[in-house]
Amino acid sequence: MIRLFALALSLFATPALADWQQTLDAARGQTVYWSAWGGDARTNAFISWVGERTEALYGVRVEQVKLSDTAEAVTRVISEKAAGRDEGGSVDLIWINGPNFLAMKAQGLLHGPFVADLPNARYLDLGPGSPVSVDFTVPVEGMESPWRLARFVFTYDSARVDAPPRRMADFVDWAAAHPGRFTHPGPSNFMGATFLKQALIELAPDASVLQDPVNDAAFDAATAPLWDWYDALRPNLWRGGRTFPENESVQQQLLNDGEVDIAMSFDPASAAAVIADGLLPESVRVFVPEGGSIGNVSFVAIPYNAANAEGAEVVANFLLDPATQAHMQNIEVLGAFSVLDPSRLDAEASAAFDALPTAPALPDLAELGPTLLEPHASWMTRLTDEWARRYVE
Amino acid sequence: MSHEGRLLRAAVLAAVALGLIAPIAAGLWQTGRAAFGVLPALGRDAVSLGPWQDLAGLPGFATSLRLTLVTGLGATLLSLLLATGFCAAVHARMTRIAGARMLTPFLAIPHAAMAVGLAFVLAPSGWIARMIAPLAGWERPPDIAIVNDGWGLALMVGLMVKEVPFLLLVILSALSQIPVARHMAAGRALGYGRGIVWIKIIMPQVWPLIRLPVWVVLAYALSVVDMAIILGPSNPPTLAVALTRWFFDPDPLMILPASAGAILQAGIVAGGVALLLMLEAAGRRLGRWWLRRGGRGLSAEPGLWAASAAVMVLMAAGALAMVSLAVWSLAWRWSFPQILPQSWSLKPWTGAQGGWMRALGNTALLAGATAGLSLALAIAWLEGEDRARRARAPWAEALIYLPLLIPQIGFLYGLNVGFLRIGLPSGIWAVIWAQTLFVFPYVMIALSDPWRALDARMIRAAAALGAGPGRRLWTVKLPVLLRPILTAAAIGVAVSVAQYLPTLFMGAGRVATLTTEAVTLSSGSDRRVTGVYATLQAGLPFAAYLAAFLIPALVHRNRRALAGGGA
Amino acid sequence: MSLDLDALCIRPATGAALFRPLTLHVPPGEVVTVMGPSGVGKSTLLDAIGGHLAHGFRASGRVRLNGRDVTGLPAEARRIGLMFQDALLFPHLSVGDNLAFGLPPGLRGRANRRAAVEAALAQAGLAGLYARDPATLSGGQRARAALMRTLLAEPAALLLDEPFSNLDAGLRQEMRDFTFGHVTARGVPALMVTHDPEDAAAAGGPVVALKGYCPP
Repeated sequence: MIRLFALALSLFATPALADWQQTLDAARGQTVYWSAWGGDARTNAFISWVGERTEALYGVRVEQVKLSDTAEAVTRVISEKAAGRDEGGSVDLIWINGPNFLAMKAQGLLHGPFVADLPNARYLDLGPGSPVSVDFTVPVEGMESPWRLARFVFTYDSARVDAPPRRMADFVDWAAAHPGRFTHPGPSNFMGATFLKQALIELAPDASVLQDPVNDAAFDAATAPLWDWYDALRPNLWRGGRTFPENESVQQQLLNDGEVDIAMSFDPASAAAVIADGLLPESVRVFVPEGGSIGNVSFVAIPYNAANAEGAEVVANFLLDPATQAHMQNIEVLGAFSVLDPSRLDAEASAAFDALPTAPALPDLAELGPTLLEPHASWMTRLTDEWARRYVE
Repeated sequence: MSHEGRLLRAAVLAAVALGLIAPIAAGLWQTGRAAFGVLPALGRDAVSLGPWQDLAGLPGFATSLRLTLVTGLGATLLSLLLATGFCAAVHARMTRIAGARMLTPFLAIPHAAMAVGLAFVLAPSGWIARMIAPLAGWERPPDIAIVNDGWGLALMVGLMVKEVPFLLLVILSALSQIPVARHMAAGRALGYGRGIVWIKIIMPQVWPLIRLPVWVVLAYALSVVDMAIILGPSNPPTLAVALTRWFFDPDPLMILPASAGAILQAGIVAGGVALLLMLEAAGRRLGRWWLRRGGRGLSAEPGLWAASAAVMVLMAAGALAMVSLAVWSLAWRWSFPQILPQSWSLKPWTGAQGGWMRALGNTALLAGATAGLSLALAIAWLEGEDRARRARAPWAEALIYLPLLIPQIGFLYGLNVGFLRIGLPSGIWAVIWAQTLFVFPYVMIALSDPWRALDARMIRAAAALGAGPGRRLWTVKLPVLLRPILTAAAIGVAVSVAQYLPTLFMGAGRVATLTTEAVTLSSGSDRRVTGVYATLQAGLPFAAYLAAFLIPALVHRNRRALAGGGA
Repeated sequence: MSLDLDALCIRPATGAALFRPLTLHVPPGEVVTVMGPSGVGKSTLLDAIGGHLAHGFRASGRVRLNGRDVTGLPAEARRIGLMFQDALLFPHLSVGDNLAFGLPPGLRGRANRRAAVEAALAQAGLAGLYARDPATLSGGQRARAALMRTLLAEPAALLLDEPFSNLDAGLRQEMRDFTFGHVTARGVPALMVTHDPEDAAAAGGPVVALKGYCPP
């Protein structure tokens, strides 16, 4: 169907679509090396499914380069630039967002803008200020293409916890009542930093300043309540707040081992998915603080020197296909929420989304509450630096 | 001396110098430039001390440095002490061959896999805690920092579980070159206790033979990354872990202080080796004074038995760790406080994530290629020495060990940049070459002693019978040395399988091996899949050791002098 | 066939010569014995003659075989056989293959080579032991096999390095007879170093004392 569609479009031969046909032609036979965090087996399986489909449809193979940290791919591109390898680079596509995107964009390490040229971009709300147009308040400007929605959520074991904290402020009392039963990943990790940001948004006297680049006065004023809160919380954290799990997966393992009762995730569906995979007890549930939680979008970007940029664009476009997005949102596949604008979908596509199966540990959109905007990327750097200054001994 | 000998030596020396040493120097140069602020790719051209100031100002820097020194020096010295004590206590009852057989699993399993297993065994929710839980009445794991403790004790235990068996093997093989039984008898006849004879007579002879391997252990312990991530403290971590994080920080400019740290890391290793040399000199002076006093001293027996007991405990913990990984790879749900899994499954082996077939293929290919290449180079080197009828010069010895003594993080980044700059692609060939850097020294260590132990008169007899150098090599030396050659190859396979950073940097992440996959996956939370990879990681070198044992036994089945081991 | 040493002298790279320059003539079929205190360099002398001198030693003077100067030749080209106190059979080869190793390549044909080896085995009282593991032979059998291996290579001269010192008394006399018998029968010049006067007496040839070099 998609091929027919592409063929039909090429007959219209408007300049942009003719370009797309050229892209498809150039992409055929390419192998796209997609650098993506490899710590999640379900995401790895989804990526290999994507590769099977794009090879069948467009003759584009996908090889996942599994990373333990996205910054590895950034460093690799920088090494290539340092060596003067301005074409034929080894990274074709990166799963990226936030500070890594900001760094690559600022250093001129990205290919593009290319998003508006993707045929499936018509399903996106690309208006200024829409969730897929800004990444940590930094304008995307077509340099990266969205593919999955991330929402910050807590997971807890309902067999051990009757009432989880309802607001971030309540964590202090909860931890005092249950010492050693809660922790967060170290803030040098993305998830740990997000935990602090979630608290900052709730506790800051005026959360709107977080949308602007940080300055000393604003930082001191906005974060003072946060540090008071954290000083009260920390002594009752797991291991007395002196050591922290490396990342969210290690924390999830602590939840499974019964060392802690609450963990966190950037994927509302992950708890249900992980239970199905036998990695968490069936009593695990998801909760979101009153007032909502931070949401952001995962993107894919193409380095400036990618050897297979056309193939990478074809993959980015395939990821935005409504059928792909519905498949991805399926709890039995990945369970990650779609980035498409529901109002731009036709009836058939909407029906596909409505027909997706559900699970007890899978929250519906109403339970998730409102989505809070990420603070400007400079806040995150400043926040984690200050945390390290205060609490790294 | 023959002309041919000189040519062979020159060729091997050129291969080692240009292929192995020059790139390390180039890598260090690139890293050194970045350490002083020069990184043109990011628009930094001016030499400055800024990166060093940044480094010193990073939160937790002093603690990281202290942790590195305490865990690295502590684990090395304790391992040495325990291994020596163990050998002194049980040497008379254990042959080198029996010892090697017992130690093989510990040598075969890579550090990262051992660390994952140990973390599970030791954690408050781990296997030991689960065995105690019914007695102690724990429903929830106790909140005590056993793993990832702030002092780095768990990391030291992890290092010791790996390094003690290595040092045991090294010491046992050194002892086989010394008439221990006769010296022991002579010493005891003079009225010295067993432990004292060991300290005063045997160890001074052993030390020169194990000095270099101890340095290698020290360098490794000071710069280990994977094990320190899994078992070490995290807030802050050891310097090597912190460096790896900074190299991969979202802010690319962190490469500058990270490079300064990498140079510092190299300095720490050099300092550690210097410290060992100073200890050796002091020990020699003190020892001589003690020796000349002639005191028969107290019995050292209790100390020896304590050391042996500690070694047995470490080995037991290591064995439990390996078993736990195998059990995890067959488990489905296994939660606290269950001693055995609640449900079993083959899914981790058969599931979609079982992309392990390809990783296994890559790993086997790399291991075969690097072990083969290193073996060829080592044999060429040793044969060159034979033909020139020269012993090895100290500088040549140092050259061989250089890659093991310089921390990988110190030059791999620069090496990668240099490699890209001369237009060589990253990929499987680059990985083979980079791994050979680290495999070759180990193969050389393993093969040198047996090679030199070969009776030189046998080779003279062959020459006197009219056999030229080629025929002497192919029809006498290589067949007679089959067992040590295959053992060296097996050690090469084990080293190759365990390589992480070289594979990552030089393969541009595209060359997926069991170890890169295992490290990536252990950044996720699935112990079951980690168990699959760790089992395979340990299994491949183990198979190589098994082959090194079985093939000579089969080939030399009717040759009593060779089949039983020896040589 | 004869072996001549012409003012042969050996010195370490740094230091004085090991012994005074040695000149001697070994006629065919005769065994010349070199004796001297231990450490004087008897084995090093044999190394120099056979072409096995270790790096760090320098030899001056000449070694001639049948008048031909072999001083510059590598060991394998000199055709000088070597016998040690240990038999030093190659442990990975059968007894017969050890002998075949010494057989010159000029002898063609599997059957011919096999026959030559079997004949030599029979001569040494080892008939039927072609396929045996050398490690299972007795000390005397091993010594005889080693001598046959050396002789099959058709050496132009023979060097004996304390060849009988590892054998027990009864066997020692038997091996002396066996060895010197073959030397005489084949007319090979032989040079033996030993510190056992009985060896010298049994050899029957001239005895040369190797004297340490006393610096003036």
